Amino acid sequence: MNSTAESNTVAPEGFNLFLYRTKKHFSGPDPYLTVAGVFLWLFAYWVLCEGLQIWRFTKLPGPVAISKDWFSTTPFQGISIFTQEYYDHIYVSCKRILIAFGIATGLGVPLGLFMGWSRSIRDYIFPIIELLRPIPILAWVPLSILLLPGFEGPVIFLATLASFFVTTLNAMLGVDSIDEEYFRAAGCLGSSRWDVFKNVVVPGALPFIFTGLQISIGVAWFSLVAAEMVSGDLGLGYLIVDAYMNNVTVPMVIAMITLGFIGYFSSACVRALGNRLMAWHVKELAQQGR
Amino acid sequence: MSKSYGEEWQSDDVLRDVSVDFPAGELTVIVGPSGCGKSTLVNLLAGFESPDTGQVLVDGTPITGPAKDRMVVFQETALIPWQTTVENVTFGPKMRGDKKGAALQKEAEDLLIKVGLGEFMNKFPIQLSGGMQRRAELARALINEPTVMLMDEPFRGLDAMSRSLMQEFFLELFEENQKTNIFVTSEIDEAIFLADNLVILSNKPTTVQTVIKIDLPRPRNYKMLTTAKAFKYKRQAMDLLHGEAMKSFAVLK
Repeated sequence: MNSTAESNTVAPEGFNLFLYRTKKHFSGPDPYLTVAGVFLWLFAYWVLCEGLQIWRFTKLPGPVAISKDWFSTTPFQGISIFTQEYYDHIYVSCKRILIAFGIATGLGVPLGLFMGWSRSIRDYIFPIIELLRPIPILAWVPLSILLLPGFEGPVIFLATLASFFVTTLNAMLGVDSIDEEYFRAAGCLGSSRWDVFKNVVVPGALPFIFTGLQISIGVAWFSLVAAEMVSGDLGLGYLIVDAYMNNVTVPMVIAMITLGFIGYFSSACVRALGNRLMAWHVKELAQQGR
Repeated sequence: MSKSYGEEWQSDDVLRDVSVDFPAGELTVIVGPSGCGKSTLVNLLAGFESPDTGQVLVDGTPITGPAKDRMVVFQETALIPWQTTVENVTFGPKMRGDKKGAALQKEAEDLLIKVGLGEFMNKFPIQLSGGMQRRAELARALINEPTVMLMDEPFRGLDAMSRSLMQEFFLELFEENQKTNIFVTSEIDEAIFLADNLVILSNKPTTVQTVIKIDLPRPRNYKMLTTAKAFKYKRQAMDLLHGEAMKSFAVLK
């Protein structure tokens, strides 16, 4: 099917390829269903808050009130896309996530790989990780405040910790998931143990690692915001609590929606990076019709 | 040699006193009822596992583990999925560092052209058909110039048409190189078509039941399978295997 199309016409490149794909995307039902879904959801929200004003929903800002403030140069409740304060909160949260996610990935991926690769490393470390992992992140709050100075330290520590467990576990399971035959084939072809690590263990575990990273960046956001709500001076989590305390509900919801968008975007970035690194895996999934 | 698995008090004897010669430069085919320990035998010969008693000798020297002189072609496929076809083929020499750079690349490409994969060098294994994957795997083994090729049911899972094409292709390669080949299969027709020597294994605990010398001329073609001589071999092998298969069936019941 594909090969005939390619042999009859010249394959588009660069911007033309982008145009071709965009056109193709919009000729199917998918984007319209997404738009319809969003509008349906917004409409339901509007009906509850502003249309029929049902019971407790009157306490919440509806979509009209939110968008009026969000896109206003003079926002009634203080936060909009034109105020510097909004970007300060976003910047601080993003910076913290980048640091936390970076540390967690930098430590977690190698540790997980080594745990999967070597029985003795796993015996040393795995029981401790399994013991610490079920402790809820919020339970670590007092300890982290005692241990680390300032606002920044505890907040980043909590996000790192949550992200680290997910990343480590997935990297280890990624090594477990590699078929024994590939190790045997590599051994038979004369690879040293270190060669096997570089050429079989690392690339073979990548699909699991990237699944783990997508979850871990989500978990990092989750625990970052929780930490900012408990102990913070800036950031989107702090903005939510601060707005609630001051009884202004619009910035609260704006911060929530902003978190949703940034979270979506950060997961998409991780996914895109993964697909770039694993061309073979993308083709494998495509063959299974996904 | 012997090999058993599991704990001492409930051990599963797979191989018992298996002793067999694989003449150099000849193609020896091992057939046996399913589940009789053919793969265990291959693992021992390859050096992935070691026997409980006895040893594997190559030219009189006992083996100590997997090595490049005994190349294994695996059941199904063990091409590394994250390497392209040509990367898979160059993997062995690159790892050992005995061939490098452009010369290695050229040799791999020539070998792939020879096995009919010239256009698929830069594709990933998943993009190849089953038959192509087996040919790529043959190329990956051959580039290491092994003295012994160990084939563990290499054509299992292929459809009948690709299977018979692969058998002919494999015979051509063998008749050209005359390497020592050990080929494991559960198909009698395949075994007789390929073999110089046919080793028939018994049911578990596995011993060598008979070795039949297959005296068909080379080069062979598929028509020889329907000659009276081939039928005679087939009858002989089937009588032996049928008896063994019945035993394993009885055990299952």
